[in-house]
Amino acid sequence: MPEIRHVSPRDGDVLLLVGTMKGAFLFRSDAGRGTWEMGGPYFPGSAVYAMAYDGREGRHRLWAGPHSMHWGGLLRSSDDFGQSWTNPEEANVKFPEGTGAALKQIWQIIPGRDSEPDRLYCGVEPAALFVSDDAGGAWSLMEGLWNHPQRPRWNPGGGGLCLHTILLDPADPERIRIAVSAAGMYATEDGGSTWRPSNHGVRADFLPDKYPEFGQCVHKVVQSRQRPERMFLQNHWGLYRSDDRGESWTDVANGVPSDFGFCMAIHPQDPDCAWIMPLESDQFRCAPEGRLRIYRTRDAGASWQGMTEGLPQTDAYETVLRDGMAVDPLSPTGVYFGTRSGKLFGSADEGESWSELADGLPPVVSVKAARV
Amino acid sequence: MSLVFMIPGPLRELAGGCAEVRVERVEDTAGSVSEALSLLWAACPAVRDRVLTELGEVRPHVNVFVDGQNIRDAGGLAAPVRDGSEIYILPAVSGG
Repeated sequence: MPEIRHVSPRDGDVLLLVGTMKGAFLFRSDAGRGTWEMGGPYFPGSAVYAMAYDGREGRHRLWAGPHSMHWGGLLRSSDDFGQSWTNPEEANVKFPEGTGAALKQIWQIIPGRDSEPDRLYCGVEPAALFVSDDAGGAWSLMEGLWNHPQRPRWNPGGGGLCLHTILLDPADPERIRIAVSAAGMYATEDGGSTWRPSNHGVRADFLPDKYPEFGQCVHKVVQSRQRPERMFLQNHWGLYRSDDRGESWTDVANGVPSDFGFCMAIHPQDPDCAWIMPLESDQFRCAPEGRLRIYRTRDAGASWQGMTEGLPQTDAYETVLRDGMAVDPLSPTGVYFGTRSGKLFGSADEGESWSELADGLPPVVSVKAARV
Repeated sequence: MSLVFMIPGPLRELAGGCAEVRVERVEDTAGSVSEALSLLWAACPAVRDRVLTELGEVRPHVNVFVDGQNIRDAGGLAAPVRDGSEIYILPAVSGG
């Protein structure tokens, strides 16, 4: 097994949590974000699709959902920046008896709101939402979604039938949005007891009915913290904005080389600003023309600008997957993304210029950013 | 009746560091792999969820051999064990 290096973040540092197909890595920098040191690999050999940082109530807790092809997956946490990890005797995220389901992959871990400091959510494959109310010790299936009458008609996308996005409305603790490939976005207004599809205006090019109530292959959805009505959605073909919490969606693919893509991030302070990485078609799924470009809008999708400084512009057949992009909470905002070819890029100026933070990692499937 | 489990490297830290775990069965008659595994879970509870899914099935990329025979070809978890059986738990040849 490889030698594992560790980082020692201090208060105010920026931490990147990078999940790959063969383990997890940490990257640490001070607030200047000019130089980075790497820790890892943690869980070598396991795919890590989900990571999270929980800084509520003075915690410095890392979460990861490593999944071994042989031995399955579970949630593990670290309170010392990866030097030691919990390894629960019993798998902590598992389907209850009677559901007839078995966990295939943990796709998302989200700490709850600041007002509920011991709550966490977890999205998994097969598509389901789990919740913990004791800071991640015990987890239970949210049965309102699991028992949704439309669930038997959800179909898996290329990545499996995964619940990959969990959006906790910052203004209303009862409101949650989730996204499933390929079922679309679902909304609850009562804390998860009842759910309804929320895909009006989102296309499903792969179905005879192009605008079904549900069944869209939504790749990623983001929501503004300042203006929770504002959301952006990257679809399997289609780039959308909503100004009513996803009740309706408007096509905003204005000036992008392709409206196909996976990842998406929204500015932590500016609801009009978001980043995407367009991909060339759902067949090739690589940077158009071999030019690695991140597109940014500052006018809520009325226009998008390709950001290229510091990014390879020849023979860069890169792909960024749905959780492969993240932003930090600093000003100016740092933007980060990892590619399937194992490169990690970062920008400390909102995408104006980029630096390669790492090369030669295993295929990157998840990037999260936090301030310690 | 005595059985020996051979624990693969990645699971040994969950089995007290042991490469072999010997379990004793009170009944003197032959039992099944499923019954034998229950004795292993009693001795090393953390091994269970790494070998079985929550549906109680052996994980798809894990193989269990009883005296050299893969239980997938011998009745699965109902396959018989005998006094002195050696039961290997092994990761399948898979990955990328």
